[in-house]
Amino acid sequence: MKFLLSDDQIQLQDAVARFAADTCAAGARRSAFEGETGFDAAFWDGLMALGAGAVSLPLEHGGLGLELLDLALIVEAIGYEAGPGPFLGHVLAGHALSRWGSPTQQAEWIPKLASGATIATVALVEAGSETSHYRWITDLDPASLNGQKAQSPNAELAELLIVGLRDGGLALVAKGAEVGVETCDDIDRTRRLSNVTFKNAAAELLPGGRVDDLLDAARVLVAADAFGGARRCLDMSTAYAKEREQFGRAIGSFQAVKHQLANLAVSVEPARGLYWYAAHAYDRGLEDRAKMASLAKAHLADVFMQAARVMIEVHGGLGYTWEHDAHIWFRRAMFDFAWLGTPQVHRARSAQLSGW
Amino acid sequence: MELEYGPEYELFRSEVRQFLVENWTKPVADGAIVEAASFRRQATAKGYLYRGVPQRYGGSEQPADPLKARVIREEFTRARAPREIEGPGVSMLVPTLLAVGEDWQKDRFVAKTLAGEYAWCQGYSEPHAGSDLAALRTRGEIVDGTWRISGQKVWTTLAHRAQFMFALVRTEPDAPKHLGISYLLIDMNQPGVTVRPLRQMSGGREFNEVFLDDARTPADWIVGARGAGWQVSRTTLRHERDLVGGAGATEDAFRKLVELARDARCDGRPALESEDVRQALARIEGYVLAQRFTSYRQMSLELAGQDAGLSGLLNKLNGTEIGHSMANLAQELIGSYGLLTPAPKGERGPEKWIGQIMGSLGVAIAGGASNIQRNIIAERGLGLPREGGAQS
Repeated sequence: MKFLLSDDQIQLQDAVARFAADTCAAGARRSAFEGETGFDAAFWDGLMALGAGAVSLPLEHGGLGLELLDLALIVEAIGYEAGPGPFLGHVLAGHALSRWGSPTQQAEWIPKLASGATIATVALVEAGSETSHYRWITDLDPASLNGQKAQSPNAELAELLIVGLRDGGLALVAKGAEVGVETCDDIDRTRRLSNVTFKNAAAELLPGGRVDDLLDAARVLVAADAFGGARRCLDMSTAYAKEREQFGRAIGSFQAVKHQLANLAVSVEPARGLYWYAAHAYDRGLEDRAKMASLAKAHLADVFMQAARVMIEVHGGLGYTWEHDAHIWFRRAMFDFAWLGTPQVHRARSAQLSGW
Repeated sequence: MELEYGPEYELFRSEVRQFLVENWTKPVADGAIVEAASFRRQATAKGYLYRGVPQRYGGSEQPADPLKARVIREEFTRARAPREIEGPGVSMLVPTLLAVGEDWQKDRFVAKTLAGEYAWCQGYSEPHAGSDLAALRTRGEIVDGTWRISGQKVWTTLAHRAQFMFALVRTEPDAPKHLGISYLLIDMNQPGVTVRPLRQMSGGREFNEVFLDDARTPADWIVGARGAGWQVSRTTLRHERDLVGGAGATEDAFRKLVELARDARCDGRPALESEDVRQALARIEGYVLAQRFTSYRQMSLELAGQDAGLSGLLNKLNGTEIGHSMANLAQELIGSYGLLTPAPKGERGPEKWIGQIMGSLGVAIAGGASNIQRNIIAERGLGLPREGGAQS
């Protein structure tokens, strides 16, 4: 029994955490948030220089050959800092290529994804259905793709898209004129979402690709992001409660505030193992992997939302301003809550997968 | 990340199983009456029980190994075999005596407590000293070489069956609050001790009030120095801490809750088919599994010799909150059975859940009430400023 991270995993996560803290303190988070595309070149280039883009890619194509758990640890560290940009979609696309790509597809794309020279993303779900591909319209016939996808992260920046198909498979599309990207005026300005339309777009099948599995991987990563974000909300609230004085004393000395933060700690900290296990179950192909992906996503999205609400309340009027960064995490919590299905959708799926 | 125990422990598990088959399961199945006391002696000789207690005091004196302890607990539970004697004698007094007691005190009390010959009750809480335990008023003074003790203790679990009490008594009235308390051992069978049962809201009678009216105890029945009783009572040295047991009990209760939802009817259909019920169950399951994995992580940290930090301070409140959620859903599921009083054991229907519905409040109060837990988490875990005067 060793339900702990390895030394390598701890070092990897710490390295990303330090980099993200420094770069965001230097303005990356804000500049991306206020910018048009949610992209900050310093943050992206630095992450890629650390090798974060190569983590779960195969060794023979320049990757590090690690697993979803390792990716999730990086995503947690980025979530803690509300790090901006296309990392989430990029690593999911890379994961799909690594797992199902043909040797030719891998040789062509993976080295470019590993270095970050090419940005990739996923376009998986369609409006109105986040858990069942049977209700989608997007179809590959036989080499041309038609349909419309929703909630595709940073599709504006991506040159390569991995697309979910109505038969449950996955297609690979190099972005060209037949791919229309309409970026939404969306809630989380650090991770922009687009609707993507395919009209007779040239596409290839990822042999054996399974959109359900890729969605589960995405859910695990969102759960990891939510844990990082929730932890940050707790830390920021605690720090502020120690420093802010009213009635001649730190507000954190009042029991009402203490109890609010203690309750938050009880929600946040124990949930760490939920996403660890969900990632582990995915990596090992355990029987409960799909259920745990949904349950971890549902649980942590709720926890992050609760944490973000408490954080803003504890910060008082300051927390309600545009200038303060608190609402950046609040918005990321809203992203994690709704992206690829709300907690209610995923609890329903988990209940079904439990055999209830 | 490794969730299996590993071959060494699976080998150990088969040894334990073999022992249980030979000495418990098979004899019982064959109709033999196995005395719990003699079974415990055999199990201790094999190194399965009382692992942290030296052999000269009746223990098995095994090197600390939380995973072995867990394997033993799992296998004994599966076989329904007697485990260590429960109660405050084994769980609280014995570790305290081993840590700070005199040799003669260990010789006199430990082995017989482990064997179940001596039953103990804990004399801590008083009517005016609950969460603020150090405000206790029971007085003790030495007169003619004997302690004379007067005062009142309350919530004293199983005092009506105990031969002895370990008690916190104010012996240095002029010293500061926490420094005026001594840890005394008291014989319950004497004219100065009166036990009166307290009936709980659930109807049970596990608690008592204990009135000490010039009760006597020998001068050397004190553990630690005079005035050091508060520190002595905080001796929480545990040989192999049970970090997973609480999560396991919660998981058992959750499985029963799912069964209740399967059996209960909602408009003539199983309640488990109702979307509201499924949502509520899945929401609770998120917390139950988070508790499981945080306990795995804490146990792994302990095995690696690392401190669990904030995480370890959250366990009691976390379990309590899950218990509240399960009580709320259970109350919905039992519906009008909640209008009944549970019948005696063996013939109870869904109204037996009233035991959990009420009992979850007992959990919230006993052993450090939830609001005290919140203070501890905020002050020790998050580092928020301490309240003036309060010691969490």
